[in-house]
Amino acid sequence: MLKRLRESKSAQGTLLITPTLIFMVGLLIIPLILTLIISFGERSADGNVIYTFGWHNYARIIGISHDCANGQATCFDPLYAQILWRSLTLAFNSTVLVILLAYPLAYFIARSHPKRRNTFLFLVLVPLWTNFVIRVYAWMMLLRTQGLINIVLGWLAGLLGIHFVPLEMLYTPGAVLVGMVYEFLPFMILPIYTSLEKIDNSLYEAAADLGANPFRTFLRVTLPLSMPGVVAGTVLVFIPVMGTFVVSDLLGGKQVILIGNLIQRQFLDARDPTFGSAASLILMAMTLVVMYFYTRKFGFGEEIVVA
Amino acid sequence: MNPYRRSLFIRIATVLVYFFLYAPIIGLILFSFNSSRTNIFFGGFITQFGPLIMDGSTVVQSPCGPFHWFCELSKNAEVRNATQNTLTIAFISTITATIIGTLAALAMQRYDFRLKSFSQLSLYIPIVIPEIVMGIGILVLFSQVFTFLNNALGLPSGARLTMGLPTVIVSHIAFSVPFVALVVQARLQGFDKSFEEAAMDLGANELVTFWRVTLPMILPGVLSGALLAFTLSLDDFVITFFTTGPGATTLPIYVYGLLRRIITPQVNALSTIWVLVVFTVVLILQRVQNRQT
Repeated sequence: MLKRLRESKSAQGTLLITPTLIFMVGLLIIPLILTLIISFGERSADGNVIYTFGWHNYARIIGISHDCANGQATCFDPLYAQILWRSLTLAFNSTVLVILLAYPLAYFIARSHPKRRNTFLFLVLVPLWTNFVIRVYAWMMLLRTQGLINIVLGWLAGLLGIHFVPLEMLYTPGAVLVGMVYEFLPFMILPIYTSLEKIDNSLYEAAADLGANPFRTFLRVTLPLSMPGVVAGTVLVFIPVMGTFVVSDLLGGKQVILIGNLIQRQFLDARDPTFGSAASLILMAMTLVVMYFYTRKFGFGEEIVVA
Repeated sequence: MNPYRRSLFIRIATVLVYFFLYAPIIGLILFSFNSSRTNIFFGGFITQFGPLIMDGSTVVQSPCGPFHWFCELSKNAEVRNATQNTLTIAFISTITATIIGTLAALAMQRYDFRLKSFSQLSLYIPIVIPEIVMGIGILVLFSQVFTFLNNALGLPSGARLTMGLPTVIVSHIAFSVPFVALVVQARLQGFDKSFEEAAMDLGANELVTFWRVTLPMILPGVLSGALLAFTLSLDDFVITFFTTGPGATTLPIYVYGLLRRIITPQVNALSTIWVLVVFTVVLILQRVQNRQT
């Protein structure tokens, strides 16, 4: 046995990977298979799972309802489809906004003097490492009716002698969008910076020598070469925005229900784990499909490792 | 041509984005000196030592002066317990995930074996699926297994298996391993196999070669993998939320629970401490890194 291990490279490799495989199979693959099995099941009266086989949970998500007002057996209820659509558009909008905010900053850092780059990066890392929940809380403090933004606006209005009615900003879709952008902005800055930093200065000089103006240089040199960073950042931002329920829960209240909130409630309040499992798998499928087409178009950047 | 030239637009945008990143954090810190009992109102800053008037009528003795909420926080047993849990989980899961992940990186980079492509795929899955999907999966697994075992063994209500620290720890290991493996793998890719071959030619066996040659060379990668695992564990909310149980509350879970009920400046005091700790740790790490390069 030991002799075989000493001689066989393959046996050594298998031995080294075994602990990882135990965790990956035990806590990732088996749970996913179990989620799939349960998603075909039914909820018992006490909130447990009855193992049956049916597509009812998936039918319910796409809008086929058996709980109809006018006595029909089945009707169309778009509630869950709307939630899916809302999550998808929010993830899209957040990602675009994050790219627009992250790019100039990443560019600024990448084109700073090398001695100062670390300081600027440090300033990006501090918010990133400050806890996720605390960062949402910070926005609750800013956006509430008696929050910091309204205090500052009220003070300004007082200076100008204008009557000021505090703005209702918390528990709106806008609050959730801002919260998502804030949460995931550093995940875009770092990979874009990494790919920008790799660009050789001589390329800019060559572009300038050949008569390109700064705008054209950006469009034809900088932007294409930084695309791996943008792609990696998009993967790191889009996927968590799709699944997060904390931001919408604390900043959106009951106004903004996303698929993450829907899933969470099935496992806690509403207690239908079978429906929650189906929703969770739909979320996974949606994310994988979007990311598959996106990365196939733009390539999968190795910059993903830096964050 | 100056290579560090940045247009006015870029400069202004940079200032605005940094302002966007820091304004909430600064607001959070300022409100931890709020003289109002709840953070729904801003009652001005606490300035004096001794008796404080809160919400108009209640008077509180505060020997800590402006740091009133920090003192209250230090008396809070729930916070102390949650801090202890958070650190326990982070340390155990980081050490385990770092060892397992480093072995996996070695296997992927240095060996060929039958399950290699399956292993690589399974290491990518946690990165490309939303965290909640993994959290739900683990919750479903544990709850079904525990229900089955509790019924099969007929355990009395006091001895029933429930979620708790162990379930959180194994889940944290599971989501950290892929990140450690990827970071170490990236490091292994960069270095020359001939050092290891030379050691073997000089008569060292695999273990000695690993211990004396490979490990020292990949150590920076292993350490940054460990650091990543540690921060992922400290920061994690979603997976902990679904795998935790009675008595295993972590700081993020505790703060979230508070925020849904009442908001006291104690949360701000806690956040302020958190920000200061992060600030110091990141600063030290950067200094160390700078010295190395």
